[in-house]
Amino acid sequence: MITKTEKLMDIASAVDTFVTDGCHLSIGGFTVNRNPMAGVYEIIRQRKKGLHLYAHSNGQGVDELIGGGCIEKLEIAYAGNGRFAPTCIRFKKAIQEGTLLVEDYSNYQMTLRFMAGAMGVPFLPSRSSLGTDIISKWGFSEKLRQDDPKIPNQKIIVGKNPFDQWTDAEKLVFVPAIIPDVTIIHVQKADEHGTASIQGLPMADVDQAKAAKHLIVTCEELVTSHQMKSQSDANQIPHFCVDAVVHQPGGAYPTACYNFYDYDPFFLKEYKKFASDDNLHSQYLDEYIHGLKDHQERLDLAGEDRLQIIKADKRTGYAINLDRK
Amino acid sequence: MADYTLKELMTIAAARQISDGSIIFCGTGISMVAAMAAKHINAPNSSIFFETGAIDSVLEELPLAVADPRVMYYTAVNGNLSDAFSYMQNRKTGKQVVGIMGAAQIDCYGNLNSTVIGDYHEPKVRFSGSGGACDVASFVDDSIIFMQHEKRKFVSKVDYLTSPGWLDGGDGRERAGLTGNGPSKVITDMAIMGFEKSTRKMFLERYYPGTNPDKILENMDFDVDISKARELSPPTREELGILREKCDPHGLII
Repeated sequence: MITKTEKLMDIASAVDTFVTDGCHLSIGGFTVNRNPMAGVYEIIRQRKKGLHLYAHSNGQGVDELIGGGCIEKLEIAYAGNGRFAPTCIRFKKAIQEGTLLVEDYSNYQMTLRFMAGAMGVPFLPSRSSLGTDIISKWGFSEKLRQDDPKIPNQKIIVGKNPFDQWTDAEKLVFVPAIIPDVTIIHVQKADEHGTASIQGLPMADVDQAKAAKHLIVTCEELVTSHQMKSQSDANQIPHFCVDAVVHQPGGAYPTACYNFYDYDPFFLKEYKKFASDDNLHSQYLDEYIHGLKDHQERLDLAGEDRLQIIKADKRTGYAINLDRK
Repeated sequence: MADYTLKELMTIAAARQISDGSIIFCGTGISMVAAMAAKHINAPNSSIFFETGAIDSVLEELPLAVADPRVMYYTAVNGNLSDAFSYMQNRKTGKQVVGIMGAAQIDCYGNLNSTVIGDYHEPKVRFSGSGGACDVASFVDDSIIFMQHEKRKFVSKVDYLTSPGWLDGGDGRERAGLTGNGPSKVITDMAIMGFEKSTRKMFLERYYPGTNPDKILENMDFDVDISKARELSPPTREELGILREKCDPHGLII
């Protein structure tokens, strides 16, 4: 029996409560996989503005948030969506038109930044990117950084190995911790207190979740604490990290959710058309987001046939022989 | 002589470069098919892994992204993002990794640009950014780069240096504090380029059947040594068969 807790709510309440204009937001997932799309669409629907977004390789969620007019600044390692968009379309447009500010890091660096945030340390070291423009070119100016207390004064620092030449390293690259105001992730299973289990690849969701001041978890299946505790090895996020739990089947659609459904190649191709033309994109926002009440209506719009086609095979976790041409 | 497309030729050419027992890092698209081809043809004891944390994926179906659910099925381990990059930065496993990547621009030392064309703050064209490319390039002992052979891509200076190749040549990487090596080969739609042992400058190694060294130079904004160039032996019927039947049977990428 699922007991009603104060954490259990719908996505509209979660977004309304925790995602405020201008806040620092992080979304989980990676390109076409397990993006918290129900959360993304609700943020757009509630017309949140001026957000500072952190992601590392995203993807459908990042592009839709940018296209939805919500994002002012972005810190990211890769703004692409696999074969569906080598460079995210609305992102590309926004950068080239000067309506979006971006700070570039490498994947490992964004991973370490979230890890530092989760660990409660100010930075973590790596040996990545020495000699590149990731170090010498800053997307956010010194002034912008100094004026904003939520952004560290330095993008990235090259320093000497403090342990002399231990492990033969002379120079190290230090990347600053990320501490989002709110992180949203979508997982396969969670209980009413928030204990969450991710299946397939977790990406950096767990560190993104722990680094944040507030965490919203949307889940395919809502189960009891007893059920979660009976599968402890499969769980990654304990309940005390979580502020809101949202039962949201299909919550990653149109991206994939391992063991539940594949990405929707048909829609991702359509999105490419909509996103590439400003008029079509405007219509898309009205028809697919603002004109819909909630994520269930988005799934209804996709239709039962489509959802059946992308349903995951029990053996492989994805839709075998899905037409992806 | 077997009939083949340029993409098939490039894929086989790259696969042949991979030694058995390697740990292969690859991105989306042609680099993934090349990794699969290597595993099926000449490097059966290799393991393919993805920056998303999937290690030694079986790849029953061709993934369209490194986060495609198809990479997560029947793996040795499904790690997290930090695991994947740790294998590369770790000197024991990093030595076994060969990276396969692409880029928008490359210079004569194999440095790559996948970030912007033009000024970083007011770019003419914006690309996806590094992703894992800069990390791979920073750590691994060998990488293979896929490029289209065009003058605007083979440039004397990249607009933004995203991923370190041999930096400014010679012992440039060592001076910058990097471990590992720059790329060993660039595979294009016209040729295979190598890098000189001491200067680390790009040179022409093989040209494809149907083209010649002069034509190749015309498609580059910097000159390279062509004196060692020979024609590449074309893909065999067997290599093509494996590529077409096992790696990309639906023609999603190739």
